[in-house]
Amino acid sequence: MMFIRSFVFFLGVLAAFALGWIGIVGVPDMMLARIEAPPELKRYTAEQLYGRSIYVREGCLYCHSQQVRPEGFGADQARFWGRPSVPADYLYDKPHLLGTMRTGPDLFNIGARQTSEEWHLLHLYNPRLVTKGSIMPPHPWLFEEKPTAGPGEEALVLPDSLAPARKVVVPTAEAKALVAYLLSLNHTYPVSQGAASDDTAKTRR
Amino acid sequence: MSRPPAERQVSRTIAADQRLSDELTRIGIDDSAASPTVLFLASGVAWLLIGSLMGLIASVKLDLPDWLGGAGPITFGRLRPVHLNAVTYGWISLAGSGMIVWLMGRLCRTHIRWTALLFLSAILWNIGLFLGSALVILGYSGGMEWLEFPLPAAAVIALAFILFALSMFRTFAARQVEHVYVSLWYILASLTWFPLLYVIANAGLYQGVGEAAMNWWYGHNAITVWFTPIGLAGAYYFIPKVIGRPIYSYYLGLLGFWSFALFYNWNGLHHLVGGPLPTWAISVSIVASLMMFVPVLAVAVNHHMTALGHLSMIRYSPTLRFVVFGAMSYTATSFQGSLEATRSVQEVAHFTHYTVGHAHLGMYAFVTMVLFGAVYYIMPRIAKWEWPYPNLIKVHFWLSAAGIAIYFLSLTLGGWLQGLAMNTPSIPFIDTVNLTKPYLWGRAVGGTLMTIGHCVFAYHFLLVIHRAGPKRFAPVWFRKAEEVAAP
Repeated sequence: MMFIRSFVFFLGVLAAFALGWIGIVGVPDMMLARIEAPPELKRYTAEQLYGRSIYVREGCLYCHSQQVRPEGFGADQARFWGRPSVPADYLYDKPHLLGTMRTGPDLFNIGARQTSEEWHLLHLYNPRLVTKGSIMPPHPWLFEEKPTAGPGEEALVLPDSLAPARKVVVPTAEAKALVAYLLSLNHTYPVSQGAASDDTAKTRR
Repeated sequence: MSRPPAERQVSRTIAADQRLSDELTRIGIDDSAASPTVLFLASGVAWLLIGSLMGLIASVKLDLPDWLGGAGPITFGRLRPVHLNAVTYGWISLAGSGMIVWLMGRLCRTHIRWTALLFLSAILWNIGLFLGSALVILGYSGGMEWLEFPLPAAAVIALAFILFALSMFRTFAARQVEHVYVSLWYILASLTWFPLLYVIANAGLYQGVGEAAMNWWYGHNAITVWFTPIGLAGAYYFIPKVIGRPIYSYYLGLLGFWSFALFYNWNGLHHLVGGPLPTWAISVSIVASLMMFVPVLAVAVNHHMTALGHLSMIRYSPTLRFVVFGAMSYTATSFQGSLEATRSVQEVAHFTHYTVGHAHLGMYAFVTMVLFGAVYYIMPRIAKWEWPYPNLIKVHFWLSAAGIAIYFLSLTLGGWLQGLAMNTPSIPFIDTVNLTKPYLWGRAVGGTLMTIGHCVFAYHFLLVIHRAGPKRFAPVWFRKAEEVAAP
């Protein structure tokens, strides 16, 4: 009797767990397995992938999301952050970087919104050089201080207060790769907003 | 009907003998749990200090972004995940395991089996935590929230948990009681659930949006299947224990447990409301979140009715004060969470510091406060040494309570205003950052108070382990024992 009661208990416990797993992970994942990549969605280049790994390493995802909400749900559309994101946009992403915070702005289309490599490098070196009031951490370890820029290297143009004495600041391969990744974040191509992600706005009101 | 005096005398002696033998059994059981419990609790306290420090530094970095800004290993984006992992997989998991070992002996009324596995588990667990934190600091994060520890560290922790669970199941199988108490249901369920969950989540089965679904199923289920059961098992045991009354209703407990198991496993996707996932799946999670009112009300009513008429005891009992604070916070954080999951609240609260405030209400004001109460109850019984300075317990309580209150109110208000501003397109984005700044300072102040409280707690804990400080001969009450109304 004791044994049967324990058996039923553990069976129920396992069933409750398994149902949840299947219900909110397994089934959506199976449905999404059938979607195809939009033709304009490019695979990441080696450099962009390297940059993406630095995005993960420095924990950018703790303050920046990569998902755009639909019309009628928040102000993403009015802020021109791009069309609502769909599952197909993320087919090549591992680990996913959807994010849960917007301490800083959404980056799903940062490559379309801010196209200047120089701006991104300055911003990474010290965000307050280009955005007054920013609370983003500076990333000077992605840069090198040298007496002069080498061949093919371009030094950052820094205000005197931040420039090291008699030295120049040049981006490392890591900084360049990270910027290459950020510039690749451009999902402005059209997609059908159907199938897997029906419009949240429609069901909401 | 009165019996002759001699017979009464005999029956009194038998009763006294029985009480004495009960007491000796209890002491024997506590002794069998003592070493592993202390090892788990002490490791937990160490990780609490590490985790608090990391959280505090990360918090101040949002106020002074250029402070300690020169090196990768101490940047915000690496310290923040170490904070989360240290306090959840470190403090709560280890201290929770210590509490579980001790409860297991008490509730199964037998000595702890396979204790060697427990020692091995605690050692491996610490190794895994250290390895994982070091790897994240050095830049090898897995990149998903709650799952930052790379595979080698996660594998060590999974193994540690499985060894722990084996010893606990073995002890349960050898139980000397007919009745399996409510706390044990939660413990047994989480011992079954968490290893499965942790292994599945770290197995790398998914990609793209499917991985995001898995990530938040995991993120919320870690709370469902491990952190919340720790807190509830503690509350279910210590509230009746300290008050000296049985739990109000066994059936409410049953309803609470099974509705908890059924609904809470479906909550995860409310972290992705408005995101690129099938709307039906997110809606399912929202509905399940609202259904959480059932188990939460069942638990709240059960605890409240148990304590009814005896709540004044929180003035005297350190354990009860912490545990009741925790149990009330469970109700608060759950109600908030259910409402927060709805689309209209998520539209504002998602992506803001509001969510961070909510997370701390659950993990700190609820689970951590219950664990503090548990430690205050358990330690004297296994160390055979009472807490030497009752005033330090008071100081700890008020620092923790005030700290979390300031933290929660700052982020809740600041986060909500941040969300409203973000949803107003005429407000430039940088102004949504600027407006949160005073509230982020508020958070740093709250965090500082909590961290100081933890240092006081750790110091006191160390004294008990070393049996230092003035020797006391009775458990700590904040009033003289005779002032306490007998239950």
